[in-house]
Amino acid sequence: MRTRHALIAAALLAAGLSSPAWAHRQWLLPSTTTLAGTSEYVTVDGAISNDLFYADHFPIDPAQVKVWAPDGSEAKIENAATLRYRSTFDVKIDKPGTWVIGTERSGLMGTFKVNGETWRVGSRGRNGGQFGGAGGAGGPGAPRPGGAPQGQAPRGMGPGSPGGPGGPGGPGGAPMKFVATAAEIPANATDVKLTETIGRNYIYVTADAPTENAYKVTGKGLEFQPITKPGALASDEEGQFRFLVDGKPAAGITVSVVPGSKKFREAEEAQELKTGPDGVLRVKWPVAGMYWLNANVTDTKTSEPRATERRLSFTTTLEVVAP
Amino acid sequence: MKSKVLPSLPLLVAGTVAMPAAAATVSVTVPRINVAEYHKPYVVGWLEPAAGGEAKTVFVWYDVKKGGREPGTKWLSDLRSWWRKGGRSLKLPADGVSGATRAPGTYQVALPANLPAGQYVLKVEAARETGGRELVSVPITLPKGRGAASGKTELGAVTVR
Repeated sequence: MRTRHALIAAALLAAGLSSPAWAHRQWLLPSTTTLAGTSEYVTVDGAISNDLFYADHFPIDPAQVKVWAPDGSEAKIENAATLRYRSTFDVKIDKPGTWVIGTERSGLMGTFKVNGETWRVGSRGRNGGQFGGAGGAGGPGAPRPGGAPQGQAPRGMGPGSPGGPGGPGGPGGAPMKFVATAAEIPANATDVKLTETIGRNYIYVTADAPTENAYKVTGKGLEFQPITKPGALASDEEGQFRFLVDGKPAAGITVSVVPGSKKFREAEEAQELKTGPDGVLRVKWPVAGMYWLNANVTDTKTSEPRATERRLSFTTTLEVVAP
Repeated sequence: MKSKVLPSLPLLVAGTVAMPAAAATVSVTVPRINVAEYHKPYVVGWLEPAAGGEAKTVFVWYDVKKGGREPGTKWLSDLRSWWRKGGRSLKLPADGVSGATRAPGTYQVALPANLPAGQYVLKVEAARETGGRELVSVPITLPKGRGAASGKTELGAVTVR
């Protein structure tokens, strides 16, 4: 079991997708979550690193980032740049309400054998729509509010994605062969081991009064329904956030809540918390600051028949001000 | 009659008679701060029912005249407690509420006379460009609220009487 997980994790990394089990954390850091007026920009850094929010490892790929205005319409990032350790981009916040900025990726990955040789299923650089042909994985996720198509397929993390620890080599040490999508798995394949993934990393920026459309539930995968809203969190007030899996309260799931800037404290002060029976996570904030919140769920409710496991993740960055 | 109730405080009695029954006044001191780069602070005062409920903004002093690419309203969210307690939903400028920033000194503002009687917390928050931010809370009971508290850095005495 453990070996299989390790193999999948390695495959995930090799395919350029973040594995929830890995210490490397993917994060988006907005310059602010709260704006007065609608003539402002927010500027966002995105990176993958162990410590929050120290850009010291790899940048994210800004091409994967999408923006949804409060009315659900899609907006653009501007001035995107991929730097050595981080990517950076701007978003023009020109409508009042709560904006969503982030990435959503879904896909299938795993391994199979043909004539005793192990192949990897990945999706490097391909369009996610192709998964549709596999009879079920059906493209990435449900539409965002406003019906914006999910479009972008899981792609590599861009140049310099976490390379993984060497990866499991094929027999004889040769690089493992791979196919981009599950649809390309040949009929004579054996030992098909597929994992379905849906991962979201959204941040929320609010101009003037907050709006609810940003948290509209699609009913697919792991979703975030804040009771206390991002942009209105204070360190002396308990944060309350409901998590949903396929639209239903996600009871008893583990959520990591990690404040940034551990360099300036003795301990990281990370918390591993569980949601209640109502799917609600209750968070007490040890310090004011920016927090990285990450929830993971593994189940077997796959939409691809050959997949044995489904991994769902949700990540966000929360600004918690001093009272 | 009056002299029987408060024989030793004729001045205060005179003051009470002169004022309308329900109007309390808050006095806010903007302290003088000796720094090389001084900007007058943004200051806001609001009332929160002690039992919870909607905040009522009493006054907000900001750069009302500044327009252009960076209008004076841009920094209202730096009054961060007020902003999330309701400032973000307020249309500004608002009659009788918004005003220009004030130089160091003590200023009197009438509290609204039309609030239901009960317990409230008057909060005064100040944020200064290139400076700090401070929040002062004064629990009061309306209509005849009295109370006082003082800031340490960005605000001086806040007195309700």
